[in-house]
Amino acid sequence: MANSYQVVVCGGIVPDPLQTLEPVAGPAGPALKNEMMLPAVLDPWAGHALYEAAALARKFPGSKVYLVSLAPKAKLQQVMMTIAQRVPLELVALDGPGGGFTDSAETAAALAGAIQGIAGLDRSKLLLFGGWESASRGAGSTMQMVAERLGIVDQFQGVDELQIGEDGSLRILERVEGGQHQVSVCDAPPALLGWATGNLGEPANNAQVGMQNMRTIMPSLQKAKPTQLKSGIAFASVALPKLQRETRIVKDASVDEIAKEIADWAAAE
Amino acid sequence: MATTTSLKRPSEFISTLPGDDVRHIMWRFADRMDLQMVLQSARAVARGAVARLVANGGRNTHDWTAQKNELLAEFDASGITSLFMTPEQGGYIEGPKNLALALVAYELAWVDAGAATGSLAGFLALGPIHERGTDEQRSYYMSRCIPAQPGEDRVTWRGAFCLTEPIPYVGVETGLLNGKVRVAEWEDGKEPIIEVDKRGRFITNMGFANFVTAAVDSGDPRIKGSCMVILEETDPGIYDRGTPTRKLVHQLSSTCDPIFKLQVPASRIIGGYTVKDGVIIPTYSHGEIIEAVFRRTRVTVGIMTSAKLLSAIEPLIRYQRDRFRGSGAVQPGSPRYELGLQQKQDAIHRLVGVWATGEASASLGFTAARMFDDLDPLEKEKDRVLAARGVGGGTAAFKALRKVQKDAVEYLKLSRERESRRDAARLAALEADPLVKFSLLDALANVFCPACKLWNTGHGANTMREAVSLMGGYGITEDCPGFLGHKWMDAQLEATYEGPEAVQRRQLSVTMVNEVFLAQYRIWISELRDIAARKPGTGACALATAMQMWLWTAEHLQVSKDADGDVLYHSNRQGVTFPLADALCWLLAARSFILDVLELEAKGPENPVVAEGLPGTMQFFTDLCHVQTARAAGEVGRICAELVFGYNRHPAWDDPDYKGCYRTDELISLESLIPGLASVAVDVVDADGSHPTKAGPCAGAAGLDQFTKLRTKLDSCMTGSALAKERAAEAVTKIMIPAALDYPA
Repeated sequence: MANSYQVVVCGGIVPDPLQTLEPVAGPAGPALKNEMMLPAVLDPWAGHALYEAAALARKFPGSKVYLVSLAPKAKLQQVMMTIAQRVPLELVALDGPGGGFTDSAETAAALAGAIQGIAGLDRSKLLLFGGWESASRGAGSTMQMVAERLGIVDQFQGVDELQIGEDGSLRILERVEGGQHQVSVCDAPPALLGWATGNLGEPANNAQVGMQNMRTIMPSLQKAKPTQLKSGIAFASVALPKLQRETRIVKDASVDEIAKEIADWAAAE
Repeated sequence: MATTTSLKRPSEFISTLPGDDVRHIMWRFADRMDLQMVLQSARAVARGAVARLVANGGRNTHDWTAQKNELLAEFDASGITSLFMTPEQGGYIEGPKNLALALVAYELAWVDAGAATGSLAGFLALGPIHERGTDEQRSYYMSRCIPAQPGEDRVTWRGAFCLTEPIPYVGVETGLLNGKVRVAEWEDGKEPIIEVDKRGRFITNMGFANFVTAAVDSGDPRIKGSCMVILEETDPGIYDRGTPTRKLVHQLSSTCDPIFKLQVPASRIIGGYTVKDGVIIPTYSHGEIIEAVFRRTRVTVGIMTSAKLLSAIEPLIRYQRDRFRGSGAVQPGSPRYELGLQQKQDAIHRLVGVWATGEASASLGFTAARMFDDLDPLEKEKDRVLAARGVGGGTAAFKALRKVQKDAVEYLKLSRERESRRDAARLAALEADPLVKFSLLDALANVFCPACKLWNTGHGANTMREAVSLMGGYGITEDCPGFLGHKWMDAQLEATYEGPEAVQRRQLSVTMVNEVFLAQYRIWISELRDIAARKPGTGACALATAMQMWLWTAEHLQVSKDADGDVLYHSNRQGVTFPLADALCWLLAARSFILDVLELEAKGPENPVVAEGLPGTMQFFTDLCHVQTARAAGEVGRICAELVFGYNRHPAWDDPDYKGCYRTDELISLESLIPGLASVAVDVVDADGSHPTKAGPCAGAAGLDQFTKLRTKLDSCMTGSALAKERAAEAVTKIMIPAALDYPA
């Protein structure tokens, strides 16, 4: 069994999902109205990855969790006030644009560069974690490109579970069609795991953990590398997903009838 | 050049509700990451476990239920329980914790003040031990109250603070106690065993407390005076938690009327004791202990009500905007659909009033909390210096500090003099004197603490009623978003517990005329004029005039007598002293708010998150300041006028020689000398004694010219304040709010 892991979690930040999100045209392309001023949270998909990473690190003493994040430094600091209390981590901060209107290839290049810069990184212990998509735009392509740039070829997406075998192998459950999971076994790190929801709840805030983390997080934020992304992507139009609520109260409908109605509605859409 | 005061419509509006970054700057903890984390931690508990419990009807019982008890584990896990302790005791924040506790109270009370009270009551129990306990007592109880760490097999102790007794004993008069302590056993060479006999009333945390810090008076000639004693649930005797109090509010805190009759070693006397001539002399009386504790914890209570007011803003805006949505008759896109009730000026003007009050009360509360953080180390240094000089506690210390007050006033005077004129060596000496520093800040803390408790909770409760009314019938249902109905009711308890309003007014009536406070107050007036010159839109000028009027009135009342020759400013004449205390609170709150907004203006540009929308945010907050200042000035003008004129007897028609009136024949002769006099003379008495139909000749203002000039000036100083309200109200119709409240309701 491997003694310890170096788990690098890539995670961006997004506006708090309860906020009113209104796309507007900014000088550098599309943006969200007042985005800088809206409270932000760690991207929920990345959050699942981070909490799984922390759980893994707890199980294997000597393991370490890195959070690599590209976001406006001031917003990232705000988010860290909460995240830093939940899991022991070391932050690698990149001060640059976050949100849903960046090119995932550019983002991946910046993240991969930052990961390569982590001192003492051991590929034989490296597990690259991230969300298999994101709550900002959900292109679902960033993590693959980060892994490719790092030369990690064992890649798994839509991961819900990771178990470490006695021999140190990774047994991974990936989501596939029909609510099923595909089981894969990977001999050893390095590997990319793009997490779906995983199985863990959000850890409670722990002020002691937070105070410990802050000793490294604040210096990391202070020396966050300014990162400009090339605007190599153009958006023809930007719109929020259409919200629709048509509530009917129907009693005694069977499961089949409900399923059929949903299927008919989806087909019509 | 146009200024904000002359703008009809601002060019920029506040974009979003003020976020954490704005608050960090305004309330001065932008550089305190530890406090920012504490705030987030408390918020997660408040908007998670606490909100779910309230939404699920957890408040609908007086009993301490298993669901309510689960909150304790939440407090433990989030670090709230251990916040009070030092790192050596198992805590995680260095230094004074007044601001930290205030922030936790603010976050919890944002959702439910009962939960806030429950969390803080444990600190209140530990307060006497923390402030006045022996080293052994501190170490023993603090370490047991730290939540058990992973791997530790022990129960986390919870405490309760037991001062209040059943009527007719302790209530407003905390100096009287019916609880007694007597010597039960005292063998030669051994520690005395004392018996504590105490009944409590309205004791928070009593449903589960493992220990109690109880105030008792001596019932035995072998014990001198009063003291506080630590009682544990396993002590021999009666430790009866009593029945749950049938309170209508703060249902997420456990409150009971306990009964104790316990024998404990005398080492449980908080702060220890000495024995002299066979008499146990406690180091501290109960009064000395509770004074040290309450002067800090009352601030957090005031902040709870501030949180309620500010928490009401988002649900109110959403309610107003959504009021007509969902009706087939109101089409999306129409003003009625988009703005709802916000089309109506009254709705948004009243909302602005609630918001301004909430901001001012939060500013006052956090100013006071920071003040105590600054005062804590100075107080320790003061004790050290006095002890080194051989000055004991109590009266001796009081007398020594009275002398220092003169130095403090001298320091203030010197510091305002021109450098070329003043005695630099004397100024430097005074500046370096820790007792002078203490005296300056202590004088302020002695005013700000009761002012915060009194105004934030008292006026806050009234304003919460306004907030509830803005929700219509919805406001007084359990379904009201943001639990506004609960919050309104809860605010009334906050105005009552830890010293009701009368106690705060009484304290203020003494501390607000302290010479060191007044010397600083005079400087503030001048500073506000400077602020007004730089930021005319804040209403700082009106506030300075109102402060001048208050000062004039306070000075006048202290040397004046009423119509019967009785002294006006007297401790028993609460009709004079209490309203004057109320008036001062308005001024302090408005000033604190202005200073916080100026801080935002100064530091906001350094933070990219705040900088982006800063012009709009500043315009809105500046207008809110003006609104609040005008309201404060109005209140102060009214109160001062009532006090200055109200104790003079109104002239009557039957006064000897019709004093102050013209006689008709006299007026006719004078008319030839002063043409037109007859047309302006009001009080004219005919030869037959008939006179105008009114109460009497109009009252004059002899000796009060300066006051009447100030009053006229103050009224005109309100120029522009209504325009500020209109601008703020318009901003409220444009501000972006989240799609939904971030806690269940």
